[in-house]
Amino acid sequence: MMENAIAWILIFPLFGSVACAILRMGKRKICYPVAVLSMVGALWGGIETLMQVVASEEYTVSYIFGGWTLDSYPRGVGIEFHADILSILITLVVLGVGLIVALYSKLPVMEETPGKESIFYTLFLLQVTGLAGICLTGDAFNLYVLIEVAALTGYGLIAMGSKRAAAATFNYVILGTIGASLYLLGVGYIYIKTGTLNMVGIHDVIEANNLADSATMQVAFILVVVGILIKMAFFPFHAWLPNAYCNAPTVTSSLLAPLVTKVMIYVMIRMLLSVFGVDFSFELTLWTDFMPWLVVVAIVCAAVMALAQREIKRMLAYLIVAEVGYMVGGVWIYNYYGMIGSIFHVISDACMTLCLFLGAGLILRKAKTTHFDGLRGLFSKMPLTMTGFFIGGFSIIGLPPTCGFFSKWYLITGGMVSQRWEYLVVLMFSTMVMVVLFFRLIERIHLAVSESGENLGHGHGDLGLTEEQTRFDEGPLSMLIPLILAASVVLIVGIYNQDVVNLIKIFLAEFNLPKGVDY
Amino acid sequence: MFEDGTIFNELFIERLNYIIYVILLLIGLHGMIAKNNLIKKLIGMSIFQTAIILFYVSVGVKEGATIPIYLPEHDPHGSHVTNLEENSSSEESHGPVALDADLVKGYANPLPHVLMLTAIVVGVATLGLALALCQKIYQGYGTIEEDELLTKIERQEMRSNPSVAIKSMDSSKMTTVKLEKSVSKPKVSSSPSTQRPNAKLKAEAKTDSSTTKVKTSRVKSVSSKTKPMASKSTTTGSRASKSTTTGSRKSSAKPNTAASQSRTKAKPKPKAKPKASAQKTTASKLKSRTPKK
Repeated sequence: MMENAIAWILIFPLFGSVACAILRMGKRKICYPVAVLSMVGALWGGIETLMQVVASEEYTVSYIFGGWTLDSYPRGVGIEFHADILSILITLVVLGVGLIVALYSKLPVMEETPGKESIFYTLFLLQVTGLAGICLTGDAFNLYVLIEVAALTGYGLIAMGSKRAAAATFNYVILGTIGASLYLLGVGYIYIKTGTLNMVGIHDVIEANNLADSATMQVAFILVVVGILIKMAFFPFHAWLPNAYCNAPTVTSSLLAPLVTKVMIYVMIRMLLSVFGVDFSFELTLWTDFMPWLVVVAIVCAAVMALAQREIKRMLAYLIVAEVGYMVGGVWIYNYYGMIGSIFHVISDACMTLCLFLGAGLILRKAKTTHFDGLRGLFSKMPLTMTGFFIGGFSIIGLPPTCGFFSKWYLITGGMVSQRWEYLVVLMFSTMVMVVLFFRLIERIHLAVSESGENLGHGHGDLGLTEEQTRFDEGPLSMLIPLILAASVVLIVGIYNQDVVNLIKIFLAEFNLPKGVDY
Repeated sequence: MFEDGTIFNELFIERLNYIIYVILLLIGLHGMIAKNNLIKKLIGMSIFQTAIILFYVSVGVKEGATIPIYLPEHDPHGSHVTNLEENSSSEESHGPVALDADLVKGYANPLPHVLMLTAIVVGVATLGLALALCQKIYQGYGTIEEDELLTKIERQEMRSNPSVAIKSMDSSKMTTVKLEKSVSKPKVSSSPSTQRPNAKLKAEAKTDSSTTKVKTSRVKSVSSKTKPMASKSTTTGSRASKSTTTGSRKSSAKPNTAASQSRTKAKPKPKAKPKASAQKTTASKLKSRTPKK
């Protein structure tokens, strides 16, 4: 059982989703414990696999489905699951977020989609299966299939929301299909040239035959990367994201917002480093020259659009677009520290986005609105929720005890070492924008300031609110505990950041990334 | 170069499949991005995916090769084994045995086709889901034209009080919140002149929602006859109503009753009886509402 731990990661949620689909006939209330239990099982598999990976010699665990062998050349007949430190870290993030959201989901799912609980949990677990599979698979075509599994379940989950959600999902379907299809086309070109679909095998063939000069591989590179950029909502292709996440049900947005974009960034890192190789991706293509500038445009536009929003969920959606810009920039500045920052930021951004969206869900439930005007005096009403929400917010800004600080630290270090000053400047600019965003929120939530800016209170401690508006009225425990859990994860990952960074450094040791000044 | 026709050969004989796949890909991309009708977008999406399938299948083509199933003379377990010396070692082991490189040359590579089977399944699932979404959009907004959809969504957002979240559930609680809001902010909108247009907008919102209800009911009644007719009539109807609403909003000086009358006049003539009755009810509702202003 232990040696199959990597397979259990997928088997638990997959069979859990099947069980939920069967339970549709009768006992819908069992779906919630089934979902939570299968997430616990999957998380156990993930932790077990992490132990195996760290204990193994080359820091990789390879698992081949169906009893095929890897002896052939080029490597790989049949589907291989290939877990190294990067993939298992991101898998653990996926499973952890999935577990916390599953715990959180009990009440919102019953209230927002009554009568559809079993369908919801079926899609939920399939979504987690797809995302964890994307992280673990070692096969380029299998990756496409899992991307589509995650995308299709995501469409279904989002469309369960308000009336507008269907229209927003339609745009997502169109853009998501373009992205995934371009990736598939790129995989086709890779297959023509290398004759294998196994990621390690592709890399071996490229290295052995020096295929970097071939036009076919260049086309494949462009198609794959552009396809992934569309899927991760990088700035010019971000149009589907804000509407889809705003109109989705609470649980959906708190599951998809932290995970989908980050997992696609993982795919990009995997493709660049492990499949095409460092030399091919960064030295022989022109992407390193112009991508940081594209990132600059992306971050500036996303930050400005986030400033213009008057609604928490929509603002957070634009923040995600800006954060995607951070991580893409950290990859393309082509630097050791930037890459560490990028990978660490995938982890920390998932934690803090989860925190913010869980908090936004609780605010929506109590205040019946997430618009800025409806938030006055919420802190005295629900102090724990707002504390959790602002721990996520401080992490987005990058205040020291939270994990956002440390990942941004590495990103800035990378920008300095590689002398990409434009990236550095835009990181600072976006940090300031986020300070404005969150302190504006704090002002509204703690102080009694009306929309026109006049002070409605009558001195200290008096917010000008009625007794009912300020009475202590915290959200239900089943939603509050996951939020506090997420907030504590943000802090714990921040405090123990060195352990995570050491793991990432082990992963990056085999790649020959420029370090600049060594310190 | 042109005389011996090498370019012609290269472009149109050897790589015809690839040229067709690129053209199809671009047609599909154009349809997905530029077309206004959601169904046409989906047709574009199908063409796009089919182009990729054509590409993969073209990769797998091998002249003179056959499908990758053991030929009788190649079968190591069959009764037609011709070359016993070659297969003598395999008689002890029972699994299938790898063929010689020469023999393999007679087979086509099955992998691209197998991959495309998966891709076709994915494409079907995507298309089905997108069609279901189209249906949901049509039920919600009464149109599948993208520009009309956008204007309708915008109008709905304008009408709904911006301080209240746009959520379909808890509507009763939402109205109470609205009331509280309007009570708690007497300073901001104190003059009656500023209050009037707000009230009018709300009334318009209510009437519009009722008209959409009428539309859906009419569609249900007509859809039993011919479906294209129904969609056509509803789109024209929605266009007409849109023009009237914009007109009424521009001429805000007009009394409200006149605007509502012009709206009812501009509607297309009733085609089925249920619709007419529904229209009557809305008209009566309008009348009952108008004296309040």
